[in-house]
Amino acid sequence: MHNAFLAGLLGGVACSLIGVLVVTMHISFIGVAISHAAFAGALLGTLLGFSPVAGASAFSLAAASIIGPVADRGEFNPDTPIGIIFSVMIGLAFLFMGLLPGPKTEALEILWGSILTVGENDLVLLGVVCALVVGAVTLFFKEIQAVIFQREVALAVGIPAHLVFYGMLFLTGLVITASLRSIGGILIFNLIVNPAAAAYQLTYSLKKMFALAGFFGVCSCWAGLGPLVPVQSPQRSNHCSGCRSGFRGMQHYFSEAESERVEV
Amino acid sequence: MTEKKNLADGVVIEIEKAVVSYREDVALRGVSLSVSRGSFVGIVGPNGAGKTTLLTIVNGLGKIIQGRVEVLGHSLARGCPASLRARIGYVPQMQNIDPRMPVCAREVVMMGRYGHLGFFRRPSRDDWELVDALLEKVGLAHLARRPIGHLSGGEQQRVAIARALAQEPEILLLDEPTASLDRRVKEEILAQVSGFHKAGNHTTLMVTHEMDIAARLCDWLVLMKAGRILAQGKPEDVLQQEILKVLYENGDGQYYLPRQRRIANWI
Repeated sequence: MHNAFLAGLLGGVACSLIGVLVVTMHISFIGVAISHAAFAGALLGTLLGFSPVAGASAFSLAAASIIGPVADRGEFNPDTPIGIIFSVMIGLAFLFMGLLPGPKTEALEILWGSILTVGENDLVLLGVVCALVVGAVTLFFKEIQAVIFQREVALAVGIPAHLVFYGMLFLTGLVITASLRSIGGILIFNLIVNPAAAAYQLTYSLKKMFALAGFFGVCSCWAGLGPLVPVQSPQRSNHCSGCRSGFRGMQHYFSEAESERVEV
Repeated sequence: MTEKKNLADGVVIEIEKAVVSYREDVALRGVSLSVSRGSFVGIVGPNGAGKTTLLTIVNGLGKIIQGRVEVLGHSLARGCPASLRARIGYVPQMQNIDPRMPVCAREVVMMGRYGHLGFFRRPSRDDWELVDALLEKVGLAHLARRPIGHLSGGEQQRVAIARALAQEPEILLLDEPTASLDRRVKEEILAQVSGFHKAGNHTTLMVTHEMDIAARLCDWLVLMKAGRILAQGKPEDVLQQEILKVLYENGDGQYYLPRQRRIANWI
C-alpha cells in the first residue's frame, strides 16, 4: 500500500506536469497514441520472447521521438502524425495479438496497469522520471513557455525551438513508459489530460498551472487509493485476484473474438 | 572575405539570386537585394508576390534552395543559428491566439529577451525594467498583466512589436504590422514604428500592402511581383505610373492603378 501511494505521488506529478504541456499545445491525443505504441511493443516483446516492458518502452519512446520530426518534415499540425502513429500502432497491436498464441496477460497488464503490485524497480524508474520532468520544467521554464506560446516566435527570438519541442515530446514518451506498470496505458490518458485541463480552467499563469495540475494529479491518484486503506492486507489479495479475474475475463473475451474471427 | 567587406561598407543584408520554393510552388525566383545599415525598407506588391518569404529568409525561418543570403556578416548557407536570430526582431502576420493561453502581455514581451539570456538564466531586474519601459512606450503599461489572448488585435500587435524590440535588434522585420486594424490604431502603430526606427539604430524591413504608408515611412522601396523584384529605389523614383502599371497588372491586361495625382500625394 505504501508503494502504491508513492507511485501515485510520483506518477501523479509526472503525468500532470506533462499534461500541462500537451493540453496547452493542443496535442492531448499524444497520450493515447503513445500508450497504444507501448501496448504494441509489449505484445511484440512477448511474441519474440523478450521482456514486454522492454518492448513497450522501446515502442513508446520511438513513437514519441518521431512525432515531432514527422510533423515538421511533412509540414503537418502535430495532431496529424499523432493520428498516424495511433492507427499504425493499433494495427500492429492487433497483428501481434493475432500472431501470439496463448495468454497475453503480460502485454495486457501494460494496458491496465496495477498500482497495488508496484515493485521497487518500478518506483525507482518512476522517481527518476518524475525528477527529470520536474527538473526540466524548472530549468527550461522560459523555453517551454515560449514554445507553448508560438513555436515560430520562440524560433525567431533565438531559442532552439525545434529541439525544445522534440524534447518535450520525448519527455512525454518517457513519462508514459515509466507509468505503464503502475497506472496503465488506458488510465494514463486520464491522468495526463484531466488535471491539466482543470488547471487550465483556473489560472492564466503557466507557473500556477503546473502547480495546480500536479496537485490535482496526486489528489486523484490518492483519492482512488484511499478507500482501500481500511481493509489493507486482505483487500490487497482480493484486489489482486479481482485484477486476475478481470484479466481472465479479458483473455476470454479476446480468445472468443479470435475464435470468432477464425470461424468467419 | 566578402562578408567582412560587406559589414565594413555598412551592408547588413545581402541576398543574391535567392530561390525559395514550397514544394511545387516557387515563392522567390532569383531575388537579389542589398540593404544598408539604418535604412527603412518597404516591401510592397500584390498578394503572392513573395514579400513574406523575402522577409523570412533574412531570419532563417524560410529556407533558400539556391542563391546566397548573408545577414550581419554571417552566411546563412547552413541555416540561421539561434544566436543570430536573437539579433533579428520579427513581427509575424497577426495570428489567432488561444484566449486561454496561460501567458500575460508582460511575459510575451519578455520572450524577446530569452534568446539573449540563453539556457538556465532567468530574466534579471534590468530585463524586466526594459520590458516595462517598452510596454509603456507602446501604450500598454496598463494591460501588462492581462492574458495575451484577451487583448484586441491592435493590442496584440503592439505587444508583438514590443517583444521584437525587447531583443534590442539590429534588424527589425515587420510583416504587415497594421493589416486588419482600424485607421486610428494603424496610424498610432505606424507612428510608433517610425519613432522606434529613428530612435534606435536598427535596420527596418516592413512588408505592407499600402503604398501610401510605404511611401511615407520608408526611405527605400522594393516592389515585388510573382517572386521577383520588379523595381527598387527611393520612393519618388519607383512610384511611377509605368512601373505601378506592371506591378498591378493581373495577367488579363487589367489593373488597379491610382491616379498620378494620388501617387504624387504619397511621395
